[in-house]
Amino acid sequence: MYAAFTVYPIFRQFDISFFSWHIFPGAASPFVGWSNYSFIFHDPVIRTAAFNSLLYVVITVPVQMALGLFAAAMLTDRLPGATLWRALIFIPVITSWVIVSYIFAYTFSAGDGLANSVLSLFAGHAVRIDWLAQTWTGNAVIWLLGIWKGVGWSFIIFLAALDGLPRELVEAGRVDGASERRLWRNIIVPSLRTSIMFVLVLLVIGAAGVFQQVYLMTAGGPYNSTQVLFTYAYQQAFQFFNFSYAASIASLFAVVLFSFSVVEIQVLRRHED
Amino acid sequence: MARPVAAARSKAPVAPGLFGIRRRTKTRLVIALVFAAISVMPLLYMVSLSFQPTGNIAINEAGLIPTHPVVGNYISAWTENSFGHYFFNSLVVSLAAVALTVAFSSLAAFAFARYKFPFKEVIFYLFLASLAVPSLELIIPQFLLMDRLHLLDSLTGLVLIYSTSNLPFSIFLLRGFFEGVPRECEESFRLDGAGTLRVLTRLIMPLSLPAVSAVAMFTFNFAWDEYPIALTLINSPSHRTLPIGLALFIGAHTTAWGPFMAGSVIATVPLVIVYFASQRWFRSGISIGGMR
Repeated sequence: MYAAFTVYPIFRQFDISFFSWHIFPGAASPFVGWSNYSFIFHDPVIRTAAFNSLLYVVITVPVQMALGLFAAAMLTDRLPGATLWRALIFIPVITSWVIVSYIFAYTFSAGDGLANSVLSLFAGHAVRIDWLAQTWTGNAVIWLLGIWKGVGWSFIIFLAALDGLPRELVEAGRVDGASERRLWRNIIVPSLRTSIMFVLVLLVIGAAGVFQQVYLMTAGGPYNSTQVLFTYAYQQAFQFFNFSYAASIASLFAVVLFSFSVVEIQVLRRHED
Repeated sequence: MARPVAAARSKAPVAPGLFGIRRRTKTRLVIALVFAAISVMPLLYMVSLSFQPTGNIAINEAGLIPTHPVVGNYISAWTENSFGHYFFNSLVVSLAAVALTVAFSSLAAFAFARYKFPFKEVIFYLFLASLAVPSLELIIPQFLLMDRLHLLDSLTGLVLIYSTSNLPFSIFLLRGFFEGVPRECEESFRLDGAGTLRVLTRLIMPLSLPAVSAVAMFTFNFAWDEYPIALTLINSPSHRTLPIGLALFIGAHTTAWGPFMAGSVIATVPLVIVYFASQRWFRSGISIGGMR
């Protein structure tokens, strides 16, 4: 019995690592060597895709964290109906990507979709933006959906952290006459450091893996201009059957992302001391 | 950590808040309302559209609130495209994934929390490291592996992938909780003649209900709405899961918007039920995960 419980997880671990080692089928195949990798650096679409993925991380992660923290700060003290508001703010996280992607696509449809109608109302004249058929508006809708769906997640973690904050500390600071801004900067935010690190690292990984809403809403179009790394790799693998090229994109990406996460954690750790 | 906090909150209503007691309640209420409204708006829009004819939706003639609500979308969503069958497939896959994930992750977490074995922390960090891999990163090797195992186009293959991809986070979450269960409890339980498996299922798991329900909810949620892997692995119509079935309503030239919206409402209901059922416990489950 004892052996079963100790040995089994190790076996399980081999199972998992078995999956992970297979990340590198491109590299494991000696017949092509590094040619797939060198092609990556000469592929213009990769440049767009990498840029779009990076942009997605740089834009959606800070916004999600800021909005999540803000909402958590608003809801941590007693508030009428707090349980309901908390539950509702988390709802986007559990919704299905397929469903919300198409709902957003419909809301931002060309002609007089809901988004255009609302904008027309404010602008006073008819606004007719073909959102998903242009590079920047298409990207904006992709970001918007990512942020809408993600805020609830950082919200719930920051909320749990704020709820666990020793209130006496904050109150003591207030009695000492510290301004609200100083309280936040010197007491509250520093004590949230672990949660901030946790949220940041996982959000960056999640955002770097952006795929579904791009695949479903713009499919990387028009002319590959909203392509992100995973939509491009997926297209290469399962539409053009360039499995090894797609695998080398994914492998290179895994290495970059993993090293980045390690660096990120190290830097944040150092700030702790 | 979570339990003492929850206890402190319910026992001491006078504890000073972040903003002092009852300060700025009105402003905060308005902001909370705005956040909640924005969060549910697209879903309310979905519900409203599901009661309007496809023709109106397609030419953007649908109102925010249906003036002449129709239920036809629900009937055609459920009867056309074997939607009911996809629903059933998804239910089977998700429940199986939940069962496997909960079973394996609690066994592993129990071993990590209670036993000493060689390279324990190294193995644990390997698990953690796989959190840094986005799920789609593995889609090509998984496809090739499933091909070799003759599990392409099978629901079993999906169950295996869904449960393994949820293991690292689940083990991480459960280990923290399991370690919090006092050893004295375990020893007295053992004195009563309980075996290891009994200790785990009758003592440690019930005491870690928040974390276990969080694991169950996240796994169910993931398996229920997972699209790209199912799209890639599943070929035959009889093995399609719900997300694939939903995406089929959206065509390149003709889109059945009404049935899509109705189908989406149907597909969202189980998620909301599972969420609200586990919500009570899983928030404190998360707080531990976030603190470590």
